[in-house]
Amino acid sequence: MSRLPEASPEHPLYHFDITHAPDAGGHFGRFGGRFAAETLMQPLKEIEEAFYAAWADPEFHRERLDLLKNYVGRATPLYHAERLTKLTGGAQIYLKREDLNHTGAHKINNTIGQGLLARRMGKKRVIAETGAGQHGVATATVAAMFGMQCDIYMGREDMARQMPNVLRMRLLGANVIPVDSGTATLKDAVNEALRNWVASCENTFYIFGTAAGPHPYPLLVRQFHTVIGQEARAQILEQAGRLPDVAVACVGGGSNAMGLLHPFRDDADVRLVAVEAAGHGLNSGKHAASLAAGKAGILHGNLTFLLEDDEGQVLPTHSISAGLDYPGVGPELALMLEEGRLELEATTDDDALAALQQLTRCEGIIPALESSHALAAGCRIAAGMRPDQIMIINLSGRGDKDMDNVFKHLGWLEDAR
Amino acid sequence: MSARLGQVFERCRAQGRSALVGYLTAGDPNPAESRELLLALAAHCDIIEIGMPFSDPMADGPVIEAASVRALAAGTHINDVFELTRAVREANPDIGIVLMGYANVPYAMGFDLFSERAAAVGADGVLIVDIPPEEGAICDDAFRAHGLDRILLLSPTSPDERIRLACAEGSGFIYYVSLTGITGADMGEVADIRSSVAHIKTMTDLPICVGFGIKTPEQASAVASFADGVVVGSHFVNQIAGDGDVHEAAGALAASAAAMRAVMGGEQV
Repeated sequence: MSRLPEASPEHPLYHFDITHAPDAGGHFGRFGGRFAAETLMQPLKEIEEAFYAAWADPEFHRERLDLLKNYVGRATPLYHAERLTKLTGGAQIYLKREDLNHTGAHKINNTIGQGLLARRMGKKRVIAETGAGQHGVATATVAAMFGMQCDIYMGREDMARQMPNVLRMRLLGANVIPVDSGTATLKDAVNEALRNWVASCENTFYIFGTAAGPHPYPLLVRQFHTVIGQEARAQILEQAGRLPDVAVACVGGGSNAMGLLHPFRDDADVRLVAVEAAGHGLNSGKHAASLAAGKAGILHGNLTFLLEDDEGQVLPTHSISAGLDYPGVGPELALMLEEGRLELEATTDDDALAALQQLTRCEGIIPALESSHALAAGCRIAAGMRPDQIMIINLSGRGDKDMDNVFKHLGWLEDAR
Repeated sequence: MSARLGQVFERCRAQGRSALVGYLTAGDPNPAESRELLLALAAHCDIIEIGMPFSDPMADGPVIEAASVRALAAGTHINDVFELTRAVREANPDIGIVLMGYANVPYAMGFDLFSERAAAVGADGVLIVDIPPEEGAICDDAFRAHGLDRILLLSPTSPDERIRLACAEGSGFIYYVSLTGITGADMGEVADIRSSVAHIKTMTDLPICVGFGIKTPEQASAVASFADGVVVGSHFVNQIAGDGDVHEAAGALAASAAAMRAVMGGEQV
């Protein structure tokens, strides 16, 4: 990897090594790959080539890191949550504040990167799928900044759950296209975005939102989000003088999880914990825990763990959090689980709601429902650890978008009438 | 490899015409009625593509997606797909039969068992939309071991190196996608399709069938003038999509297929 640029003096937090790279076909062990329709094979290859060329170009990183600093607001803080730590009664809990990014979640790290790639490739239009709406908002934001046309595919069910984000996307100039097929959630939005892209790939870049999909997307999304873990690593060394004992992130497709966890992957003493959505409980049939309860299958261009029936039909999933409501998971997380490098946890809807309220009350930070899954599991683990131990939890987004949904579940909207 | 697909194209060539390749989704609108519909279509086709319903048909337009939804809602299982295939084969000993669908269904069964069962009920080939040649390692040996052709797709976005790859790895025939889009969209320009097919023919002796978006006998006739086969899918699925009587739907489907076959060129049989 000697071709890669050195860490820039302006941005000493970051480095550009591509560790644990997939093979030439995009396989992470037996997972991943490029299971795509013929029409998309060449466009995907062009994106792969454009990515490797850009990644080796110091000018690309200069522009990307400049935007991440001056537009997104990076580096995000690593906050020692002392009151939460005291309440939990165990390990010292640090929160990686991705909620403080412009647009309110980690998603923009990736849309800045892919948006720059789209511009380098001369594409005038971008499309994206979105679940919670955070990736859609982050894509619409970048499209506005770059002056690109933008269409966002979103399940009608998710639009109802996340109306503020739908309106934000429209305000940003994006066209939000409702998807009614299947379960009208994230997986169906991906199907519809792929259908559009097959017909429009000549002038359109598909900004994929999670660390899944056909090669090279799992690699792209991971690389654009590793700023999270690279910062956290340097910050904890500065603040605590050593690496954490545990790093925790929620997992839907796996973008914020790969972003935080990947830079700690070769630190053998750091436990890596992925937290899935247990919905009404892992035995209820209403959850989205594809790593815990799925089996190997092929969907959306990659081989990974899927929630499916005995005959390979993809099952409807459930989570209170639209951003975790997805039947698959990034192929690299599937590999890390099989290799024993990843610990699995799952948080129910109710526990996520409780964690959201707890953090809000004791730290004055309203987390997204997605991140609340990581918080709930993190606090459970931290309670069993010693006070001289350290945990980093990725606070992947802020909860503003979830307020209607949360108030509805808490019954507060009725009370207010 | 199956000898039968080769014989189908030889027979058509001898008659100076193109092959009519018809598609229906197995189990649409339910397994029992699907049997009558498939038999009605097969009687007028040289090759029939039997779609294996899937929950997430990413490369299909609304018409074929809806067919998958109807079939699954009616409780169509992979066993039904095999039994329907067997029924088509028993009624049509010489027809070509291709099972078409998405990777996760055969992957869930295991490609060995899937191939064994597909061959046992009389399928000649398999077309999996989301397994390009590069990912063939998961299925090619199983298909080969059970004498099944691996039908591969090419599209207007396929550069020469991909054309060479598909022609080397594929067998039976090459399925040329007439447009950059999903099934059921508007067919591409005939002149473009003609020159693409001619270009592919310089690189392979495999028959070339053209599909996606062919809805009228006029379009079918234009494509039949230069392609070895003409694939009609969404148009046939549309014939049966209403709530009407299944016998009437079967009659309409047969008439529609006969009209398509009549414009394939050569002497009519």
